Amino acid sequence: MTQADQRAVRTLVSPLTLGSPRGKVLYWTVFTGVVLAFALAFLFPVYWMVTGAMKSPDELVRTPPTLVPESWQLTGYTDAWELMSLPRHLWNTVVQASGAWLLQIVLCTAAAFALSKLRPAFGKVILGGILATLMVPVQALVVPKYLTVADLPLLHISLLNDPLAVWLPAVANAFNLYLLKRFFDQVPRDVLEAAEIDGAGKLRTLWSILLPMSRPVLGVVSIFALVAVWQDFLWPLMVFSDTGKQPISVALVQLSQNVPLTVLIGAMVIAALPMIVMFLVFQRHIIAGIGAGSTKG
Amino acid sequence: METASPHTAPPRPTAPHTTRTAGAPVSLKTPGRSRRPLRRRLADQATAYAFLLGGLLCFALFSWYPALRSMVIAFQKYTPGAAPEWVGTANFTRVFQDPEFGAAWRNTATFTVLALLIGFAVPFVLALVINELRHARAFFRVVVYLPVMIPPVVSSLLWKWFYDPGTGLANEALRLLHLPTSNWSNGADTALVSLVIVATWANLGGTVLIYLAALQNIPGELYEAAELDGASVWQRVRHVTVPQTRFVILMLMLLQIIATMQVFTEPFVITGGGPENSTVTVLYLIYKYAFLYNDFGGACALSVMLLLLLGAFSALYLRLTRTDDR
Repeated sequence: MTQADQRAVRTLVSPLTLGSPRGKVLYWTVFTGVVLAFALAFLFPVYWMVTGAMKSPDELVRTPPTLVPESWQLTGYTDAWELMSLPRHLWNTVVQASGAWLLQIVLCTAAAFALSKLRPAFGKVILGGILATLMVPVQALVVPKYLTVADLPLLHISLLNDPLAVWLPAVANAFNLYLLKRFFDQVPRDVLEAAEIDGAGKLRTLWSILLPMSRPVLGVVSIFALVAVWQDFLWPLMVFSDTGKQPISVALVQLSQNVPLTVLIGAMVIAALPMIVMFLVFQRHIIAGIGAGSTKG
Repeated sequence: METASPHTAPPRPTAPHTTRTAGAPVSLKTPGRSRRPLRRRLADQATAYAFLLGGLLCFALFSWYPALRSMVIAFQKYTPGAAPEWVGTANFTRVFQDPEFGAAWRNTATFTVLALLIGFAVPFVLALVINELRHARAFFRVVVYLPVMIPPVVSSLLWKWFYDPGTGLANEALRLLHLPTSNWSNGADTALVSLVIVATWANLGGTVLIYLAALQNIPGELYEAAELDGASVWQRVRHVTVPQTRFVILMLMLLQIIATMQVFTEPFVITGGGPENSTVTVLYLIYKYAFLYNDFGGACALSVMLLLLLGAFSALYLRLTRTDDR
């Protein structure tokens, strides 16, 4: 560690204390302890799940348990894939999540653009109404929302067992819309007016000027949108009574009683895998997004 | 921020609205634009509303309308497909008399308090320690956030398996340490705590990351000054770290209260509300009223109560964050 580094990261304990022989011993003891504790608390359960599916049913219920499977079998995973028709439920989840993502990006971006730059009449009132929904806890409204989806006002059609039941309510996400609006607010009006003088329409201004500038915030919104749908449970549980339409989260719970434990654990790993892979790929953005989102509002 | 915002409200039009076009209400006296021809302004408004329409419809249908409707149905006997009947406060009295009502609120309150006690001190201490470490920072951040990315259904099923009294990992760990085993989620007096542990494990990553960001904003000079004044490590935590992060702590506390009061997946998947109603939560009860008893009036009466309580917390949260903005 150079002198400059120490300056830059002055925290609770001074670099001087850390640099002393006693400080060094203490530091490395704490460091090792924390690494072990983190691995045990957060990685070991995941390891236990991944290897649990690879054990034979007998080995899985043995006491004391084996730390490493005696023979690494993939039958837990392959059985889960077939017995619980995971391809279909995974596909349902992908359809629901990607549709919700796409609609949210298109409609929230358009609405945020209008509220930020186009001065619609009653814009303040509308924005207030949207922000007010931040105060309404999502889950407390599931029942009236369900009744609305089951019988849309005026149209009188039911969206139950239809991916639209996930897609359309996902658009009503005040948090993401507000994130986008605040980002657009920071773009100077001159930039957009210059484009207009060059003859670009509103749509073209949004598409060719504003959106390319907004890549970071669009990334954050995209990740939030995808994760929210993939992890949701109560809403799809209510809306998809048809087993063939259920996403993987609902199917896992519904089928959990009827399959052997190794198969269930295999299915759990498969259900979690896409999220974990996405996290490992985008971890920098996700972690930075959470830290930044909190301190900057 | 407000003054810099290009979206400033036009002053209230003094003249009455003279023109309205389909779908595009128009206020006439927009400053700086009054010289533009009316037709041009109408066209601008039409464009603005074309962009706004899709999102607006979704908010109207799936946020505003259900919120108002829950307050209506709470006073109705509602069966899908049939005309609703007004029943006054009958839904509320029926729900009040349900023995599960008291249990659900008690459990939810206990869950929230326990989650605050456990789920609050632990992430703060973790963030404090990680922030002092100079190596493997990325490792800590990734590992602590990993459980947050695991779908709640999966983490609930995982812990249900760990809590198995016979072969579960939780009791194996206790046996390894020569401690008496527990019934975990299968015992009436331990079930709720067991669920709090699951929720904490699954969610604390986000809290830790937010604390870490807040800790990094504390100017190092404050610690240096405190140290020169002879403050010990503990005193520095108390008099520098905590006051400097007080706002974030308060925010996260409110957000956590709002989130844990809506807990559903863990009790539904792990305990099914049992044993002996010890883990029935308010949201679980709402679900039961709607989908087991087919009593949508009762479900909406409960929803309204939860809505008002959590709305108060949310209003407080928004108030505090907005004052911070300025």
